[in-house]
Amino acid sequence: MLSIDELNEIHLDVLREIGNIGAGNAATSLSQMLNAEVNMSVPKVRILDISDAATALGGPENPVIGILTKISGEIDGLMMFIVGQSFAGAVLESLLGEKQVSYAALTEMQLSAISEIGNIMISAYLGSISTLSQMSIKSSVPAIAVDMVGALLSVPAIEMRTVSDKIIFIQEDFLSSADDITSNMMLIPSMESLDRLMQKLGIQL
Amino acid sequence: MSNMITIGISDMKVVKGSEQLVTYALGSCVGICLYDPLRKVGGLGHIMLPKFPVGNPKENKYRFADTCITEMLREMERLGACRAQLTAKIAGGAKMFEVSGDSAFGNIGQRNVMAVRAMLAYAKIPIKAQDTGLNYGRTLYFTTDDGVMTIKSFANGVKVY
Repeated sequence: MLSIDELNEIHLDVLREIGNIGAGNAATSLSQMLNAEVNMSVPKVRILDISDAATALGGPENPVIGILTKISGEIDGLMMFIVGQSFAGAVLESLLGEKQVSYAALTEMQLSAISEIGNIMISAYLGSISTLSQMSIKSSVPAIAVDMVGALLSVPAIEMRTVSDKIIFIQEDFLSSADDITSNMMLIPSMESLDRLMQKLGIQL
Repeated sequence: MSNMITIGISDMKVVKGSEQLVTYALGSCVGICLYDPLRKVGGLGHIMLPKFPVGNPKENKYRFADTCITEMLREMERLGACRAQLTAKIAGGAKMFEVSGDSAFGNIGQRNVMAVRAMLAYAKIPIKAQDTGLNYGRTLYFTTDDGVMTIKSFANGVKVY
C-alpha cells in the first residue's frame, strides 16, 4: 500500500492540481462571501511533518483558528482548515460588520461565522477531488477550535494513526482588495483512500 | 542555566544538572516529566499515543506512553537517577475538537492520560502534579533545578506546579 512517505513527484503533481482546482472553487466562494474580488496564488502543496507544518504556520505556539471535518464515503479521513487572525478579521468584518475582534474570546456568533466559511472552503476542495476522481465524498459538520497551532495539528495525525507524523499541506494566498490572507488546508486521507484516489485518477502507484 | 532544550513531538530527552526543558503545544498528546530531586536528573517525554503497536518493532519508542516511559527510566538511571526517588508531573491529553454526533472523536487525549498513569503506577512512580484533559493546548516547561513544571496556554494563562 502507498505510504505518505513514498509519494513521488507525479503523486504530488496530482495533489497540487487538486489543490489548484479546489482553491479556484474556494476563491469563488470566498469572493461571494466577502463580496470582494479575490485573486489567488498558485497553491503550494507539500508533505510535511507536523512540526514543520507548525513552523510554516508561525511556530507551534502561534494562535490560530482550526476548522475540522471528518470525511467519509469513497475517501475517508480528515480535512482541517487553518486560518490566522487576518483571515478571521476579514470574514467577520464582511459577514458581521465587526471590526474590533477579541481573538482570545470569540463569541458563539463569530465562531459560527468563521466555522461556516471554513466549511465552505473545505467543501470547495472536496468538490474538486470528487469531480476529478468521480468518487463520492461526504463531510461531517465542522468542529472549530482557537488554540496553539501545534496542538491543533497533532489532532489529525493522531486520529488517523498515520504511522508517520506527516500530513498533506496545501497553502495558498488569497489576495482581496483589502487584505492578503493565507488559507491553509490540510488533507489527511487514510492510506487506503489515497491509494483509491490515485488509482481512480489513473496514476501508477 | 544553559539554553532551553526543546523536546519535539514523539520525542524524549533526559538531562543531569540544572537545565530547562520545554515541549510546545501539547494537544491530545501528553508531556511526562520525571525527576530525581537528589541527583538532579530529569526527563521530559512528549507522547502521542497510548501503546506501542504489536508487530511493528521499527516504530519510534518515544511516540507511545508505555515505551517512552520505559526508555526514559532506563536513560535516567544511566545518568545516576534512583528509581525509588523519582516523581512525575504530567500535562496534556486535551480534547481539542468537539465533533458533533461523534462523541468518541478526540477521546485519544483521555486514553493517553490513562495510559501514562497506568505505566507510572506500574513503575511505582508517584504523580505529584497533573494538568490534564479539558479542551485547550498547553506548552510545558520543566526545570531540573527544582523540578517545577510550568504550563502555559493560549487562553487559560500560566500555571506553576
